[in-house]
Amino acid sequence: MRETTPQQDLLRGIWRENPVLIQMLGLCPALAVTNTVANSIAMGLATFFVLCGSSVLVSLLKRFIPHEVRISTYILIIASFVTVADMTLEALVPVIHKALGAFIPLIVVNCMILGRQEAFAAKRSVGRSLLDAAGTGVGFIIALLMLGAVREVIGYGTFLGISLFGPSYEPWVVMILPPGGFLTLGFLLLGLNWVRRHREKRATLGEWPEGVRKEEAA
Amino acid sequence: MGDLLWILVSAMVVNNFTLFYFLGLCPFMGVSARVDTALRMGAANIFVLILTSLCAWFLNTFILPYAPFLRLISFIVVIASLVQIVEMVIKKVSPALFRQMGIYLPLITTNCAILGLAIFQTNRGYGFLQGMAFAVGAGLGLTLALVLMASIRENTELADIPEVAKGTALIFIIAGSLSLAFMGFAGMLSAT
Repeated sequence: MRETTPQQDLLRGIWRENPVLIQMLGLCPALAVTNTVANSIAMGLATFFVLCGSSVLVSLLKRFIPHEVRISTYILIIASFVTVADMTLEALVPVIHKALGAFIPLIVVNCMILGRQEAFAAKRSVGRSLLDAAGTGVGFIIALLMLGAVREVIGYGTFLGISLFGPSYEPWVVMILPPGGFLTLGFLLLGLNWVRRHREKRATLGEWPEGVRKEEAA
Repeated sequence: MGDLLWILVSAMVVNNFTLFYFLGLCPFMGVSARVDTALRMGAANIFVLILTSLCAWFLNTFILPYAPFLRLISFIVVIASLVQIVEMVIKKVSPALFRQMGIYLPLITTNCAILGLAIFQTNRGYGFLQGMAFAVGAGLGLTLALVLMASIRENTELADIPEVAKGTALIFIIAGSLSLAFMGFAGMLSAT
């Protein structure tokens, strides 16, 4: 594996290798619970907690986990943390726990979490694993917030429950229903693609004059 | 009987696992490029879902009343090990079937649709037969969504699509339209 600095470990997951928008991992919760901003935040924080906890534990135990059963062991560790998160949410914010429903236990099968254990925590030191988990977790929260904000603003005309457009606004109910999730993510990816292509094109255009100048100098 | 049929139909089209609950999106994105692979994946899925429903019912009836906090962990462990065992048995008994279906089994085990089925079944308090109907309906629904998606994707291959929309963005927009179409079935829910 390529050597990385601690900053890179932390920052990589936030945008450049964003789990949802770039790597397409953890899509199920990213689409299912992002119909309001509050739900997105709760889901993001729960996932963040589980990811950090299991990364630290896997990294601590990496010498004791037999290679053959490592995936099952990771899943067990993740499932324990999810059980903790599930019970904590139920005790602290029962309304949101009810809104998220079956999707809290389903954090266990979020491939993003298992992916970080296998790709990073199983090989690196505890500190680095925590940084990597925190970065990826923040990236996940950002992606969820982007989806949640778009869907709540258009679908309910509110942001965090505060009305934005006044009573005359006719909400687009489709945005808070399942199709809205698919469409929002689809158009978000389309936009990101467009920006990336635009930037690449500008980068190649920008190289031209320099190359020409070099030739002239030679 | 009508009750069971209703559970089956509702899990299949009205509350389709992929298009309504967003469960099992990884195979939906990953193996929906060809119709025949989609069909095999669907068949493997139905099989594992039925096994899962059986496991979940067994655990819920005999073990979990005594230790509810172990629910999630025991679901995962039991389902994963059972699929592993079944995979070995299929490999031994019928190598031809294993080649057709075997490679998908391990992929399915950590699929959210599987755990989702177990959790939904528990939350709704389904009994044995209801669970079976739910599993078959969910499996058929997943297969239906996969095959529909695969046939649309096969057709888009030759279509003239804007460069920026190619890839995952297009898949999501198609999925959104499919999901929108399936919302139409929700009328059946209120009609009865």
